[in-house]
Amino acid sequence: MSTKDYLDGEYKYGFYTDIETEDFPKGINEDIVRLISKKKNEPQWLLDYRLKAFKYWLTLTPPSWAHLNFPDIDFQNIYYHAAPKPKQKLESIDDVDPELIATFEKLGIPLTEQKRISGVAVDAVFDSVSVGTTHQKELEEIGVIFCSISEAIEKYPELIKKYLGTVVPHTDNFYAALNSAVFSDGSFVYIPKGVKCPIDLSTYFRINAKETGQFERTLVVADVDSYVNYLEGCTAPERPENQLHAAIVELIALDNAEIKYSTVQNWYAGNKEGKGGIYNFVTKRGNCEGINSKISWTQVEAGSAITWKYPSCILKGDNSQGKFFSVALTNNHMQADTGTKMIHIGKNTKSTIISKGISADKSSNVYRGLVKINPSATNARNYSQCDSMLVGDQCGANTYPYIDVKNDTATVEHEATTSKINEDQLFYLQSRGLDMEKCISIIVSGFCSDVFKELPLEFSVEAVKLIEMKLENSVG
Amino acid sequence: MIEIKNLHAKVEGNEILKGIELTINPGEIHAIMGPNGSGKSTLAKVIAGHPSYEVTAGEINFDINGKMVSILEQEPYERAKEGIFLGFQYPIEIPGVNNVGFLREAFNSICTHQGAKGMDQKEFKEFLKPKLELLEIDDSFLDRSVNEGFSGGEKKKNEILQMAVLNPKLSILDETDSGLDIDALKIVAKGVNSLKSKYTSTILVTHYQRLLNYIQPDFIHVLHDGKIIKSGGKELALELEAKGYDWLIK
Repeated sequence: MSTKDYLDGEYKYGFYTDIETEDFPKGINEDIVRLISKKKNEPQWLLDYRLKAFKYWLTLTPPSWAHLNFPDIDFQNIYYHAAPKPKQKLESIDDVDPELIATFEKLGIPLTEQKRISGVAVDAVFDSVSVGTTHQKELEEIGVIFCSISEAIEKYPELIKKYLGTVVPHTDNFYAALNSAVFSDGSFVYIPKGVKCPIDLSTYFRINAKETGQFERTLVVADVDSYVNYLEGCTAPERPENQLHAAIVELIALDNAEIKYSTVQNWYAGNKEGKGGIYNFVTKRGNCEGINSKISWTQVEAGSAITWKYPSCILKGDNSQGKFFSVALTNNHMQADTGTKMIHIGKNTKSTIISKGISADKSSNVYRGLVKINPSATNARNYSQCDSMLVGDQCGANTYPYIDVKNDTATVEHEATTSKINEDQLFYLQSRGLDMEKCISIIVSGFCSDVFKELPLEFSVEAVKLIEMKLENSVG
Repeated sequence: MIEIKNLHAKVEGNEILKGIELTINPGEIHAIMGPNGSGKSTLAKVIAGHPSYEVTAGEINFDINGKMVSILEQEPYERAKEGIFLGFQYPIEIPGVNNVGFLREAFNSICTHQGAKGMDQKEFKEFLKPKLELLEIDDSFLDRSVNEGFSGGEKKKNEILQMAVLNPKLSILDETDSGLDIDALKIVAKGVNSLKSKYTSTILVTHYQRLLNYIQPDFIHVLHDGKIIKSGGKELALELEAKGYDWLIK
């Protein structure tokens, strides 16, 4: 994504690509689940998994505990699969429909051999399918697997069988069960023993089709002594109807492995009156399975009409570390209920939570987090800092920290602040020749700096611009 | 440079300025003195456009491109772009915002407005070098957050550094001397004196005569109860030092 595009205000990614999609019936039932599986030529075990998840989903009701307010979703009024019609059999990325290549280029994600970004491998997901993955050859040479999950199911069934659903089981929650039944595409990453992945891996998700849900599934496995830096970006066209996005991301870090996972989420958030926008119900969880393993989640949540998302870490291995760095910005009528869970199981496990929530206009922004120290987690340590900033006086911010400590040797620290951008700060910056919007964005960027510095440089520049753009019209 | 006529201003319903008359020409340094609560800081903030203060009567006209233009309707940043700088009595902390980044942002904003080209990071660092030396400021100062955790003296030096960088036509220094030890005071004075030219003007708002030992004003005005009650040359400062304000007030 080029940063200059963010400078011009309005949502830049709201365009729609007019591309022919395969016919697929609307709604959800067992036949739909079977049809999805069939379309993807899946093995029987995976169909069984989907059906099991679907049956379980039928017994559930959507969660209502979050601080979110929206009409019931009609799950029969959604297309669960949308794929651009392939014009020919794809041999390489250069065979991809030029229309799709052009779409991603417009989004700042060049995919073709000549134009792709060096230093970052990209998997591009368009509605329900991955349209291409760059740099696959180079990665293969060092044993790194980076491909769409559909491809992985076909080519590496043993790995998928071993890890899929082990961190987020289909019984985890309503949206996880739904995803497990109908998940479409997403990325699969496997970093073999001892390999430090030399380039960043990234997935770019694009929702395009109308009335379609996106149910991607991402699985990242870092074997013993390995390292990977993974980035994720998302956009969608502007539409007056709400669209559902219910993803699952599972991370597994074995002994001494480290996974860094960064997201810049900029789904369409609806218009000024709160019409349209993506409903973002996502379950992201990492398992620090091995000793000394590390997982860090860094997220900049700046889009979606509704965000319901708690990237979490299960700290199973002794000395393992989980980190969560988050900036959640809401404006207009956006609602976010986001945070993390840190589950300490192993000895000497450590977790850090830094959350920055910014609410503007009439939006609502909630931090919800759980720090759980199990009896086995001797000498566990947690530090949490949750800061909220209010821009204007019609927005709301809430913090719900849950702390559950079952071991006396644990140290848990929690700090929380709520502030308003004060007039003195604004006057000070203005008196140095900076206009009001610039002043607000400077103050907010400063407020978020602890999180932004965790992002890879390119993402960090982008995040600052994104925040700037979002706040542009929020200044009264 | 600036003309203030019959200026009345209030904050939270209280009238603080009650008819200020003041004209400052290019090249002049004016000191505004007076007891606590006389309206000195209010005058400084009103010229810079602080939104909490309401101008109820009078005029402030400023030289913009050779013409005296009313700035009362201008936002603070617009005034800053035209070359008005306010050095704060209590500089504000902006957590997480890199000092040099902020400084360059401000510099470029003003440059662009005045038709000059902005500077990139490298050029700007070079441009800063002599100014840092003059003010005896360490490089590490630049990478800290704006005023966050700065000592009182460091904050004031940072104000002078901003002034030196932004190169304003009119500098208003609000109690810049307060809270400074004598060494810091000398450095700050050096900074102000180095910027003196026949094109620029300075307003020193101060409580004490001390600063005026290091910066020679052309005029001194005594403010009391929202009005200038006495004006004179630099010898007036010594008289005030000797006699206090009481003889003027009664």
